[in-house]
This record gives sequence, C-alpha cells and structure tokens, in this order.
Amino acid sequence: MTGLFSLFRRLEGPQTVGRGPRFWSLFAFVLAVALAYPLFSDGYTVGNTVYFLVWVFIALSLCVIWGYGGSLSFGQTAFFGIAGYGYGVLTLNFGSGYGFTLLALVIAVAIAALFAVLLGYFMFFGRIAGVFLGIVTLAVTLMLERFMAQTAGPEWHIGTARLNGFNGMSAMPPLTIPWPGEPIVLFADVGLYYFVLGLLVFVYLALRILMNSSFGNVIVAIRENPERAEMLGYDIRRYQLITFVVGAALAGLSGVLYTAWGQYITPSSMGMTAAALPLIWVAVGGRSDLTSTVVGTLVVLAAFQALTIYGSQYALVFMGVLLVLTVLIAPNGLVLGAMNWIGRLAARFTQRAG
Amino acid sequence: MDIATHVFSALYQFGDAFAFLVLSACGLAVIFGMMGVINLAHGEFIMCGAYVTAAAVHAGLPLPLGILAGTVVSALVGVLVELAVIRHLYDRPLDTIVATWGLSLIATQGTLIMVGSTMAGVGTPFGSFQVGDYSYSIYRLVLFCAALGVLAALYALFNWTRFGVLARATIQVPHMAAALGVDTRLIYSLTFACGAGLAGLAGGLYAPTMTLVPTMGATFIMEAFVTVVIGGADVFLGTAPAGGVLAVVKSVMTSWQGQLFGQIGLLVAVIIVVRVLPKGISGFVLRERT
Repeated sequence: MTGLFSLFRRLEGPQTVGRGPRFWSLFAFVLAVALAYPLFSDGYTVGNTVYFLVWVFIALSLCVIWGYGGSLSFGQTAFFGIAGYGYGVLTLNFGSGYGFTLLALVIAVAIAALFAVLLGYFMFFGRIAGVFLGIVTLAVTLMLERFMAQTAGPEWHIGTARLNGFNGMSAMPPLTIPWPGEPIVLFADVGLYYFVLGLLVFVYLALRILMNSSFGNVIVAIRENPERAEMLGYDIRRYQLITFVVGAALAGLSGVLYTAWGQYITPSSMGMTAAALPLIWVAVGGRSDLTSTVVGTLVVLAAFQALTIYGSQYALVFMGVLLVLTVLIAPNGLVLGAMNWIGRLAARFTQRAG
Repeated sequence: MDIATHVFSALYQFGDAFAFLVLSACGLAVIFGMMGVINLAHGEFIMCGAYVTAAAVHAGLPLPLGILAGTVVSALVGVLVELAVIRHLYDRPLDTIVATWGLSLIATQGTLIMVGSTMAGVGTPFGSFQVGDYSYSIYRLVLFCAALGVLAALYALFNWTRFGVLARATIQVPHMAAALGVDTRLIYSLTFACGAGLAGLAGGLYAPTMTLVPTMGATFIMEAFVTVVIGGADVFLGTAPAGGVLAVVKSVMTSWQGQLFGQIGLLVAVIIVVRVLPKGISGFVLRERT
C-alpha cells in the first residue's frame, strides 16, 4: 500500500512542470471536458479528434528520447511504420475474432520495441551520440520507406496480407473488444475516442511517474553530462538503450492506433516529411516536458489542419518556418516558455496577495 | 564473353558508385568536418544546383557553364542561409540539424509551389560506347573523373592556399585561431558556402542523368549520410576511402540483387562500422597515426 502511495507521489517532481492542487484541478477540468466532448459533437468530428490524439503518442516518444534522454532520434516514424504494418499483417492474417486485435496491438508494439533493441544495441554500445545518432536513425527510416515502396508485386506478401508497395496496405479490421453477446468494434468515432483517450491519460501519467523516478533522474543526468553520469557509476549505454526502447514502443503504439483508426498504412508514413512532423510538434511545444509536448502537439496539429484547409500547399512551408523560428528564438519551445511564464506570474501574484 | 569484359563491367559499376557517393557526400563532409554539423538541407542544395543547371541549359548555355551556374547559385544560397540561420546556432549543433531540416521542408515545398511537380530535364551528353555485349554511357566516366577532380581540388584548396591553412587551423582549435587573428566567422561562412557549392556541383553534374523533381535531394541524401558517417570528419582520410569501400559494397550488392539491396548493403555496412569504428575511418587513421 505504501509502495503504491509512493508511486503516486512521483506524479510530480523536478522533471515535470506542474504541481500542487492548482495544476491537478486544471488537469481534472481538462479531462472532464475531454470526456464530455463527444456529447456535444458529431461522430465525424470526434473521429477527427482521435486522429490528433493518435499522434500525441509519437510526440511523447520523441519527448522521452530527445527531450529527456538527449539523444536526437529522427527515426521515430520507422517504429511507427513497423508497428503499423505489423498490426496490418497480423489482423489481415488472423482476423479480429476473440479480441485478437488487442493482442495484435501488443505484438506489433513489441515488434517495434524489438527492432529498437537491435538498432539501439549497435548505436549505443558503439557509443554513437549526438549528430551521428540522428543520421543513422534517419537513414534507417528512409531505407525502410524505400523498401516498403518497392513491395508492389504479388511476390511481396506475408501470409495472406499483400504489402502493396507504394499504395500501402488497407482494409485491416479496426480494434475490437471482445464482449459477451456482441464484440464492441471501435470504429473511428466515439468508441475509439474513449479508448485512445484512456490510453493517452494512462501513458501520460505513467511517463510522469517514470520521469520523476530515479530512472528519469538518471537519464536527465546523462543528457546534461554523460561523462559525469558515467563517473558516478551508471552504465549510460544501458540507460540510453532502455529509453530508446520505451520511446520506440510509444511510437509503435502510435503507428498501431493510426493504422486501426484509418484502416490504412503507407510507406510515405515513414518518409522524410512524415519524420519531420513529430520533430516540429515536439520542438515547438517544448521537448523537455511531457505536458508541453502534449499541448504543443495538439495546438500545432490543429493549426496545421486549419492551414491545410485554407492553403494546402503552404502549410508545409509554414511548418518549416515555424521550426526554424522556434529553434532560433525559443529553443526550449513556445508552450514550455509560456507555461513557465504563467507559473512565475502566478507565484508573484500569490506572493503579493500573501 | 571473356574475363576482360567482366572485369571492365565490374570496374565501371564500381566507378559509377564511387562517383555518386563521393560527389554527393563531399559537400556534406566539408561542412561536417569544419563545424561538426550535419546539414540536413544538403539534398535541397543538390536539388537547387540541378534546377539552376537545367534552367541555364534551357536558356541556351552549354552544359559545363550551366553546371558552373548551378554551383555558384547554390554557394550564394549557402551564404544567405549561413548568415540568416546557421550563424546563430554555432554553439548548439543539435539545434542546427533541426533548423536545417526546417529549411529542407521549406525548400522542397517552396520549389513544388513555384516550379511545379517536375521540370524538363537535360539530355545526357556524349552517347555511349560498346564493350563486349554491353554498352556503357561515356558521361558516367566523365562523372568518375569529376569525382577525382573534386577530391584533388579540395586537397589543393585545403593544403596549398591561405584559406586552407586558416580553415585547418580553425578546425583544430577554433579559439586559438581566433586569438591569432583569424576571422573564424568568415572562415565558417566560406566553408558553409563551399559545402553548399559542392552540393550544387553534384546536382549540376547529375542533372542530365535523372528526372528533376522537388524531392530529388532525397535520392542523394542517404548515400551522402552513410559516406560521411563511415568516413568521419576528414574529407581525404575519410570521405575518399569510405567512398571506395562503400562503392565496392554497393556495386557488388547491386549487381547481385538489384538497386535496393545495394542500398540495404550500405545501411548494414554503416551500422556495423559505427559499432566497430565509432569515429569513422578518419578517426581510426588519425588515432593510429598519433
């Protein structure tokens, strides 16, 4: 019981912004709004919102690896793609009966994590860091895209699932929860919304606990000064590898949810542009904090979609400009900067009142 | 078919792969060696060179002058980018990579908006010649010679000119060079322009051999990354031997299983090499020497 209690105490700490009753009541309010939201909206808009939430997982994965761990990985979309294709291949072969889609979700995420173990072993135990880490992960991602793009022929299939080359795989079953009587099929509307929202809240809180635990403190120490962390007796390669695998699993989760949401996955979801987008969300939000990443991702995605409607061609240019300006002017991220500013303002206000 | 034609065919494929790797990588390597920064907009500088070359040829210039125009325009764009963005990020190498990625997005999408999804290409000059049963493009031999020429020119630039001496001093100990009166900012600007110009040259040289699309930079960039990662920070001790080794891997794998497996071979080679030689070939050579 005390163990569980101390786990909850880790929800706030030095590695995450936001603490105290004020923050958590705001959190509860936002959660309540999110829960009530489908009551005031139609199925299509809710399904569209799920699309936003799906991307938050890959943003969180980059936040953990890059923001907390300090290793810049450009290859998160590789894990996204691997897990997405994994889900497609599994469900197209074995169908969706008996809750198999949920098992497929777990297996697909595990495949992505396993791939990350393999790749991460070569990188971290070869002591690749900084610039080269980004380049190797990006090269792997581009290679996977090219490989999947040329699998158009009928000879490229796994079981009964055709890979379909550049057109991608489609028509895989959506996530299904087995239920006595009739299984609940989570199509891209209210059902899937609550499923993904629940998953997101769980992942967010779990990551807060993880980052404020001793593990989180060590990976932040490695980010700040790898040599010093090593002198203090931590095997930094192992910590970096674990961080990388956790991030890969989150990116994989994003990929599975995306595939189940749209019943569709293509090689271009691993391409150069796709790989750049999570980077923009996380950099603009504030990479070294979970809350900023979530908020930043949702805001930038909403802005991107609005721009795409009004001037589709210019949206990507705008994203590029946004990224360059963020790096030049607010390297810690716009949302994080704003949150810190509000925090200081609130502190000053309470000081004056008290 | 006798052995001689087989040997010639293998050599030709090796030379082709070598030229592609070295030409696409040397601009990246020059910037990386100087500033420790990977320019993710490298592919877009190549694209810029190719587009300007094609535009110049359409305007009536002969191809060599077109390539020269592509090189110069890329170098000028490089100067602008350095002044506007890169200059402010020298103490933050990871942020520089992120910023250049943003530039790459802007350049790709901006070209798509302004020029359209494709541009009329330039015909491959010189025709072909016959050895045994196969015919070979003469232009590919020209590219191989160009790669050797670029390496030689870089060697001369860095070893025999005043700029080369100052640049090498800046690479070794930037603060010391600055204390001795070297304008290191100017050296950085010139080096970045040099790297961008080399990218433009690669684009110009390959413009007659491929279709011109805004995303054509991506064709080069993986090979360039791989060569620089394996080569390490030095152009002569790193990029050239890495280009040689990787060209063998790529040409063997390509003739055995096809284009894609050539690239997969490159990737596997890079992952194994970084595990064994984390500082690349040049790091290994330099450590042996000291």
